[in-house]
Amino acid sequence: MKLNLKIWRQQDKESKGNFVKYEIDDITPDMSFLEMMDVLNQKLIYENIDPIAFDHDCREGICGSCSLFINGRAHGPDKGITTCQLHMRKFKDGDSIVIEPFRAASFPIIKDLVVDRSAFDRIQHSGGYISINTSGNTQDANTTPIRKEDADNAFDAATCIGCGACVATCKNASAMLYVSAKVSQFSYLPQGKVEAKERVLNMVKQMDDEGFGNCTNTGACEVECPKGISIKNIARMNREFYKAKI
Amino acid sequence: MGLYLTEKHIKYKDGKDDHVSPFFIYHINNKRTKVFCSLKVNNKNWCFDKKKVKSTDKQAGLKNRKIKAIKLQLETIISSFKAKREPLSPEKLKSEFEITKLVDNEIKKINTKPAINSKVPNGPLSSKWESHKGSIDLVSPSNKRNIDIIVVGTGLAGASASATLAELGYNVKAFCFQDSPRRAHSIAAQGGINASKNYQGDGDSDYRLFYDTIKGGDYRSREANVYRLAEVSGNIIDQCVAQGVPFARDYGGLLDNRSFGGVQVSRTFYAKGQTGQQLLLGAYSAMNRQIARGKIEMFSRHEMMDLVKIDGKARGIIARNHVTGELERFSAHAVVIASGGYGNIFYLSTNAMGSNVTASWKIHKKGAYFANPCFTQIHPTCIPVSGDYQSKLTLMSESLRNDGRIWVPKDLTDAKLVQEGKLSPLDIKEEDRDYYLERRYPAFGNLVPRDIASRAAKERCDNGFGVNKTGEAVYLDFSHAIIRYGKEKALINGQDENNIEIVKKLGREIIKQKYGNLFQMYEKIVDEDPYVMPMKIYPAVHYTMGGVWVDYNLMTSIPGCFAIGEANFSDHGANRLGASALMQGLADGYFVLPYTIGDYLSDDISTGKISTDSKEFEESEKGVQDLLQKLISNKGKNSVDYYHKKLGKIMWNKCGMSRNQNDLVDAINEIKKLRKDFYKNVNVTGKVAEFNEELAKAVRVADFLELGELFAKDALERNESCGGHFREEYQTKDGEAIRDDKNFKFVSAWEYVGEPSDAKLHKEDLKYEEIEVKTRSYK
Repeated sequence: MKLNLKIWRQQDKESKGNFVKYEIDDITPDMSFLEMMDVLNQKLIYENIDPIAFDHDCREGICGSCSLFINGRAHGPDKGITTCQLHMRKFKDGDSIVIEPFRAASFPIIKDLVVDRSAFDRIQHSGGYISINTSGNTQDANTTPIRKEDADNAFDAATCIGCGACVATCKNASAMLYVSAKVSQFSYLPQGKVEAKERVLNMVKQMDDEGFGNCTNTGACEVECPKGISIKNIARMNREFYKAKI
Repeated sequence: MGLYLTEKHIKYKDGKDDHVSPFFIYHINNKRTKVFCSLKVNNKNWCFDKKKVKSTDKQAGLKNRKIKAIKLQLETIISSFKAKREPLSPEKLKSEFEITKLVDNEIKKINTKPAINSKVPNGPLSSKWESHKGSIDLVSPSNKRNIDIIVVGTGLAGASASATLAELGYNVKAFCFQDSPRRAHSIAAQGGINASKNYQGDGDSDYRLFYDTIKGGDYRSREANVYRLAEVSGNIIDQCVAQGVPFARDYGGLLDNRSFGGVQVSRTFYAKGQTGQQLLLGAYSAMNRQIARGKIEMFSRHEMMDLVKIDGKARGIIARNHVTGELERFSAHAVVIASGGYGNIFYLSTNAMGSNVTASWKIHKKGAYFANPCFTQIHPTCIPVSGDYQSKLTLMSESLRNDGRIWVPKDLTDAKLVQEGKLSPLDIKEEDRDYYLERRYPAFGNLVPRDIASRAAKERCDNGFGVNKTGEAVYLDFSHAIIRYGKEKALINGQDENNIEIVKKLGREIIKQKYGNLFQMYEKIVDEDPYVMPMKIYPAVHYTMGGVWVDYNLMTSIPGCFAIGEANFSDHGANRLGASALMQGLADGYFVLPYTIGDYLSDDISTGKISTDSKEFEESEKGVQDLLQKLISNKGKNSVDYYHKKLGKIMWNKCGMSRNQNDLVDAINEIKKLRKDFYKNVNVTGKVAEFNEELAKAVRVADFLELGELFAKDALERNESCGGHFREEYQTKDGEAIRDDKNFKFVSAWEYVGEPSDAKLHKEDLKYEEIEVKTRSYK
């Protein structure tokens, strides 16, 4: 099929960016979206034009690198997927596709479609861990039974891949879903309860310091989250937060 | 007509001496070819009548012997074709001769040095690690504060090592090329992690895990390392649970297990199909804690470009900052390589797009031996290739073989119809299906090790039984498991276990709980519902058992340079068992390296800070700068991907699931040629000092183009079939591998000397004290 692409191009953080139009032919429905981008980039290289920079790595929906905003939706027009899992069968011949980076003040653009998400890492540094030594002198793994339901809930929250779709989608550029996923995971587990107070306070503070907005319960993050992280986690984090404040 | 010897005159520019170059002519059916002897003989010393070198030439004997040897080789080829009654054209003779000539040369080139010292401690196997740990030199906490360690890579091995080293008190500088350490490709591991906890009470033990791993690796791994791995495996699980890793649990609240290929117990811990993600996020969180304390300095979007050696010791690295494109210098008292495997040499693999061999290859070029490069794992259950544009392959976890049954049609006509899309697998009757793994290997059935399952799939497809349009796929079918689970659940629920619709519905729910994300992934890619239609799968490159050679302390042959995780070679021999990669990565990082590195660093406590202003750093940086400049200013006609794809094709076709002598010799030559062409004709867009993904890719591909040659050479020299290395020449009548313990029970450790395939071979003899070396059988 033939497509008309409108892609955001920006040389570096300081430069001003703009949309550039590209036409592309011979795209098959079985291709993934990023393979379509590969085809375009190969074409550009042979025309001696700088290829379009975009983050990507595992290409199976788990590393969280890819981060394209396609036709106004984070990761494009499908549910429960990352950009690399989007396939061209979701488009039809002659379609126009607008491709932008994940936009948020806290995600400055590095080049073209590549953004700097190190703010996410810094939030984790502020409390996204359990303070135990890795020297191996811990108790046996089965000493403390954990209810299956709690373990499953912790797991569901822990599947966050840190891609930033929640932030890109939210009108407030809020990172609440991302932060709550980690807080919630540990709150379900006995190991996480010891530092629960400090964790939630520090992580929320860091989130605010990084300039992410607040949550106004629109639920858009949950809809676009490729891993289906539930908005219930935000409620849970709020509860943890109030508990810690009291 | 026939074969005769003649000579060509060579005139020198100065006109002083005339020489001749003798050559053979093979003449048949008005066609002819020349085979030169690569000799130069002075006119005066050449007997034109007898076509011989006169004794006046100092090297007459040698030269005549060479001519005679070439004649003999040519005559052997001619007579072998006569015996086969095949016509032999001049071109054919030439190509046959080139092959035999090359092999001879290659064999002569191998310069075997005395065995290398793996420094395995003495004493009984089960107490080696304990006593070694007890006698290792320690570094006191106050001295650790003055010691810097560089860790390259933040996958399971790198992240866990960084965290533990920092916790012990060392200053760690960690590097990853991704935008965050959490994105390293360990994140994509699906199925699980092994540990000999014996929670299921099915007779598991450290010894059994050790035994399974050695046997699974086809007796090509180092016994002491594997035993240590099994010993610390249980502790990994304790550690991870304490970190908040949400493993799957049963209704009693205790940890659940499943079974993987090549074993008969359930020892695999898992978190749905995302075990690697959960373990890596655990290690990442341990790292974050140390980053917050200032003990780890994290350098994301930085890629190691070279190792810096001072006085023979590893003292730092040159890294490229991917955001600015600048080169940066980093010094340390030790350098740890944890940059993963080199499966991407095949272009199409289950590795991430950025996975590369550069760090390992750069240290190889600086003196670290590279071990068993040809030991590659081809994973049996991946989603088949669908087109030329494809950039990577997706794995379907081995855990699926717990419940899925692998089959192809029994009948070739059925297979043809399926390939043409005229027959649905659902319409093929039970008795017309060939569950070939269950047929060939009744004891292990669908859970045979990966190398065996992959070859069996290839065998069926090569014989025309494949089930997609290219004929390169087999079925992985869950319909039996769905019915089995459904009936069980119906009984528990008190529903009608004979109502097929209810049973199917309940069964699908159970399968969804177990493998939900994998089924979703499959459906998104293939656009077919795997709960109804059997999955189509085919083998793909997945993991590399080979890697940087290390001793028992995980130190490479460069003092102060260590290699851990998939980057080293030690634990999996010629084939890795499922769920063992995660185990090894974390074992190396959490429990082995942090101790053994002290043995080396204890001599370094008074060294003090290492300056990056030395000439060694300067030279290293200049070398990298020159390479980058060369690549960027080349402005050739082909993209980097063009070369990567070409290399991948050579590797897959000639060094893939089965290999033979002729193909491997061809591969060496083709890769050499391709590399030359790369430096002449590659086009890298953009500039050096900017964010430039093409340039990063070009450096990686340049290193793959060198490794490929050594890979083929290693496969050529290993004249046996073992594990993932299958040489067509060495198989039984029914296609099982023939291993040669008499001649090949060793690790091939290659030392770089210039051209990759000129590498010198060092053999580490493998001694098995506790285990009887047997033919591996899963029948």
